[in-house]
Amino acid sequence: MVSGNLENKSNKYRMASNIRLIARLDIKGPNLIKGIHLEGLRVMGNPNEFAKKYYNDGVDEIIYMDTVASLYGRNNLSDIVKKAVKDVYVPITVGGGLRSIDDVKYLLRCGAEKVAINTAATKDPKLITEVSRKFGSQCMVLSIEAKRNGDDSWEVYTENGRQKTGMDVLEWAKQGESLEAGEILLTSVDNEGTKKGFDYELIKKVSESVSIPVIASGGMGCLNDLSKVVNDSSADAVAMADILHYDRSNIKLIREHCQENNINVRDYEA
Amino acid sequence: MSETMKPKISIVDYGLCNLYNVSNALEHIGANITIIDKPHDIEKASHIILPGVGAFKNGMRGLNLRELVQPLKEHIVKNRPFLGICLGMQMMLSKSYEFGEIEGLDIIDGDVEKIPKINSSNITHKIPHIGWNKVIINENVRNHHLLKGQDDKSSMYFVHSYRVNCNNKDNIMATTNYNDVNITAIINKNNAYGCQFHPEKSGKYGLSILKQFVKS
Repeated sequence: MVSGNLENKSNKYRMASNIRLIARLDIKGPNLIKGIHLEGLRVMGNPNEFAKKYYNDGVDEIIYMDTVASLYGRNNLSDIVKKAVKDVYVPITVGGGLRSIDDVKYLLRCGAEKVAINTAATKDPKLITEVSRKFGSQCMVLSIEAKRNGDDSWEVYTENGRQKTGMDVLEWAKQGESLEAGEILLTSVDNEGTKKGFDYELIKKVSESVSIPVIASGGMGCLNDLSKVVNDSSADAVAMADILHYDRSNIKLIREHCQENNINVRDYEA
Repeated sequence: MSETMKPKISIVDYGLCNLYNVSNALEHIGANITIIDKPHDIEKASHIILPGVGAFKNGMRGLNLRELVQPLKEHIVKNRPFLGICLGMQMMLSKSYEFGEIEGLDIIDGDVEKIPKINSSNITHKIPHIGWNKVIINENVRNHHLLKGQDDKSSMYFVHSYRVNCNNKDNIMATTNYNDVNITAIINKNNAYGCQFHPEKSGKYGLSILKQFVKS
């Protein structure tokens, strides 16, 4: 019966835990930047001014991503994070160029709550387990940059979508989970910065293949993209960048949109 | 407030976790922070916070190696203010079933077990439980000073795979609901409190818990 199915569906949504609304800040040097397909960068300004605004508006988490760190072999976000945590009292994830337990420890000591690791994990998957065992799996976010192949598969990229690895995204996500990653930050290189919506199929396939939370990233152009990636692709969290940075929407409106569309989010009044 | 007037809060460092965010949040609300790791520091402390993420076994090992278990218990018996956060809260219980059975600080009667992966409606959900959940405060403690500043929108940031079961329901101040699975959120016995969530990462509502603890 159709009506019965619909009822089940809406029950399922009510059951679902709160979707996390995450602001993603891509950083180059001291600046917040925004590009397309993770490249072609435009300088936006002081990242912590943006972070503070998003915190005051009620964002659930913030991700800082050092976009050039892998190129230089180190993460430069420690100063930014140290300042951010004086104003921002929600979890902060830091990614970009982290290669060792010591790198992770250092950023956690600067105030990061979690680390997102991509390149180093693809080269040495054991690092995932080491970080997870040492600091807890909640701290170990596996960052996957996915680029669609001609067929219905995706390849893992590193270095901000510049470097091929030959690895299959679904396989890598599953392996990441078995190596004890706590969540997956899944960025579509194809859709990133395009405003044309998420790669729904990618997010759905990965989300269905693993039982750890998946953060959808790359391509959110409008509020309906968010409802779609949550309802159709089962994303557990949504990372938003230029929709916030360019003020096309804000956390308050996004929260209201979720509530109107039966998507559970944290109750918050700024 | 002058430096000498600020309340002094001691945070226990047992080698396991990152203390920065807890101490940063406490400084933000106007407390003076000392990081302590020796038995005699605990004997001198007025307010103690036991933070923590990670495995129960490693946490207890860290406390045992530094001979902090007995001084912490004495601190609590003397009815001095104590706040356990996340793993720090879980270690307040009698025992845990994380990697076998391990003894805890046994301040509160009960145990720590893995969050069920399937809820009462047979729906499988994700573990660890990561995210913001509304905290449901028990009616009888609604006016408790620790919870001043909380309201019906109070949501906190949780990150955990294990949950606390109290044998005496009077020790439970608040719970949360993760896909219909009941999770103990705040526990209390005399002047000892424990939060499963991270008050230092839970925005204004979390900061309010810390502020009220500092005042206690």
